[in-house]
Amino acid sequence: MSTLDPVAVFRMEAAECLEAIEAGLLDLTHQLDNKDLVDAVFRGLHTLKGSGAMFGFEALAAFTHHCETAFDRVRKGEVAATSELVAAVLAAQDHMRALVDQPDADHGDTGHKLLAQLQAAVGGKEAAPAAVPATAAVCEAPAKKTNSWRIRFSLPANSMANGTNPLGLLDELRDLGECTVRANTSAIPPLDELTPTELHISWDVTLTSEQDRSAIDDVFIFVLDDMELSVEEISGQAAATAAPVEEKAAPAPVAAASAAPVSPATVPEFRPVEAVPARREAPAPASQAKAAENVRVPAERLDELMDRVGELVIAQSRLSQLASASADIALRSVSEEIERLSGELRDTMMVLRMVPVATLFSRFRRLVHDLARETGKVIELVTEGESTEVDKTVIERLADPLVHLVRNSIDHGLETPADRLASGKTEAGTVTLSARQAGGEVIISIKDDGRGINRERVRAKAESSGLIQPGQPLSDSELLQLIFAPGFSTAAAITNLSGRGVGMDVVKKTVEALRGAIDIVSVPGQGSEVSLRIPLTLAIIDGLLVRVGSGRYVIPLSAVEECLELSLEEDLRSRGRSFISLRDSLVPFLRLRDLFRTGTKPDVHQKVVVISTGTERVGLVVDQIIGDHQTVIKSMSKLHNNVATFSGATILGDGSVALILDVGHLVAAGQQQEAQLRVAG
Amino acid sequence: MSATAAAERFDNHWSYAEEVEVLTFDLNGETFALEAVIVQEILDLLPETAVPGSQPFVASVINFRGKVIPLADLRLAFGMEAAEATIDSRFIVIEIDLQGEPTLVGLRTDKVNEVTTLAKSASEAPPSVGMRWRADYINCLVKRGGEFIILPNLQAIFSSRHDAAGAAS
Repeated sequence: MSTLDPVAVFRMEAAECLEAIEAGLLDLTHQLDNKDLVDAVFRGLHTLKGSGAMFGFEALAAFTHHCETAFDRVRKGEVAATSELVAAVLAAQDHMRALVDQPDADHGDTGHKLLAQLQAAVGGKEAAPAAVPATAAVCEAPAKKTNSWRIRFSLPANSMANGTNPLGLLDELRDLGECTVRANTSAIPPLDELTPTELHISWDVTLTSEQDRSAIDDVFIFVLDDMELSVEEISGQAAATAAPVEEKAAPAPVAAASAAPVSPATVPEFRPVEAVPARREAPAPASQAKAAENVRVPAERLDELMDRVGELVIAQSRLSQLASASADIALRSVSEEIERLSGELRDTMMVLRMVPVATLFSRFRRLVHDLARETGKVIELVTEGESTEVDKTVIERLADPLVHLVRNSIDHGLETPADRLASGKTEAGTVTLSARQAGGEVIISIKDDGRGINRERVRAKAESSGLIQPGQPLSDSELLQLIFAPGFSTAAAITNLSGRGVGMDVVKKTVEALRGAIDIVSVPGQGSEVSLRIPLTLAIIDGLLVRVGSGRYVIPLSAVEECLELSLEEDLRSRGRSFISLRDSLVPFLRLRDLFRTGTKPDVHQKVVVISTGTERVGLVVDQIIGDHQTVIKSMSKLHNNVATFSGATILGDGSVALILDVGHLVAAGQQQEAQLRVAG
Repeated sequence: MSATAAAERFDNHWSYAEEVEVLTFDLNGETFALEAVIVQEILDLLPETAVPGSQPFVASVINFRGKVIPLADLRLAFGMEAAEATIDSRFIVIEIDLQGEPTLVGLRTDKVNEVTTLAKSASEAPPSVGMRWRADYINCLVKRGGEFIILPNLQAIFSSRHDAAGAAS
């Protein structure tokens, strides 16, 4: 499980590759004449085909080949990129994904259908997919006039470190036709300044070939972004004379080489070292060069590391307790050193799990694209704050809720183009996905400029399904929160409601499981915004450590509003009622000592921790507030699944375990227990 | 629990070999044995944290090498009286399969004895009468010397709801 097999690695790479292709295609739908995008998609397809074949995904390679061929024609200007073609390749791209996931499964004739579509989109007779051999794109009409080219190119100094082999490029040029190659070594620095892994040579090549210009570009396609390349066409006559001239020029650098000992002849000696990175890696275009610096690590290894760091932090705090009790100066200084190191290690560890939300948002471009086709609405997706970083687990779990919310915005929020124009809006509706960080939370919001939530209908629905009493006074936010009630997600609700209803209870549950909250703002006729407030990380929270009886508990600091003392008279008075007055509003409270049946006597000065569950404020009576505590969250085993009062546990500095209160469930449990008491009493 | 089902369980337990290596321990004057392969570690007593609202059978958690694991008291599953820890008391940490997931669980014991080998030939299915413990909580009894060693059926114990045990305590 910890060692990755090559096929799994390929799958990960292929998934990234497909994502890049999809992104390129989606961009292309808006700018059909963008040559860079066409090239990018072609490169992606080419890479996928190549690595697919290398890892034995033959079906994938064969299928991708046809898409690549189609795009090659676009690239060479033989056919124009059309939205039909892009749509066909987008669909084909889904099929590739299926071929990556289940290479052996029977995909029926999905592939054939897609290829037929593709062929129709390209419109060329000779593009008949099955008939086109792999090299068809290159060797076209056999009887072609010869051209001569003067090619000058230089590669960046670090290109060999990236796996580019200039000799390979020269070989490919030679394959095209008759070549005269001259190396320009003037840029080679003196020996004492020379870094042997860097490339300082540029080349002048005179090529006489039957191929056309694009064949030359093909040679350089994967390094084109970084290199300097000039290609001039020279007439046949000029080529004949030019070649000898350059031949003559060649000896000069060799003579110079005696001064600078690195002559072109020594270049091949670099090869054994540089050839090791397989040429397969060379195709990385500039944008992927950065990605190569990343390391893929299975999440469970990170979790393991996290556990070890957690243990280290605990051991360290025991050490510092011992050290502070000791008079040994040396011991104290080591202890302080370790304290600093383990603190830094913990911070670094936290950052390791963070990924930018861009990975999450990018998925929605396709969804919006598809939904726009489905619903006939014109939709513009705007994303903001894509660089905001969130814990990877949070991102994964948010994917589904966000799909619900985006779907709802488009299905129910946005009007049809005609309706929009009628109400004086632009034809295109805008859905904005944004993320930003606020303190220990990240706020992800989905905003649309549609028709807004119809409050009368929400109320009518809630009353008819018995969620609220008829005519019950509700604040606006309470009313809007009703759409998260499970009853609202029934099939009937979708048709009866203009507002959101599909699976909203699921959204709420997921967000709550992440210890987050949902806010809704909706202005009739102007649109709605749903904001999810999610803690940045699931692994560590800031908590308030409290003592109840002999047990210590952590209350998530994000839920805590304030702490105050429970005065003796309040305590005594509250035998019959359990609420205190806090700035003229009533706050009910729960005695954790009773709830946890500690069987101990209360402290003289009990404290009330006022917490907010989003909708209500509740006070928790504890014996003592110990203080802030950075809490590494440990999950509880299945044997304690039935104890909903606690969301997890953490390990304190002395090695003992403290339980983390699940505020929402705690309040619910308190209500239940009180109800039982009333019945018993 | 019918006699045939008990026999079936009993056979399953021994199906791999004629002998099983076990760790024996004492609980309330009885000797129990756990298959040695599931035993992770034997620990001196650790600070325990009570989990309010949980079943009495697994009423607390401990910190085992940075992991928070439940601490179970087999006494309560077998309807014995809860007892104070003594100088010989130890926790045994085992790994068992709970709903398809390997789970670490600590067990209270009065005393850990030894690692030994039990022979299939000396084992018997739990008798249908003459025991006050739930028969489905016992895999088999192995006779050694003048006494019987109890091999508990941990799967049955940890997957049942312990309502009876809870009421008894």
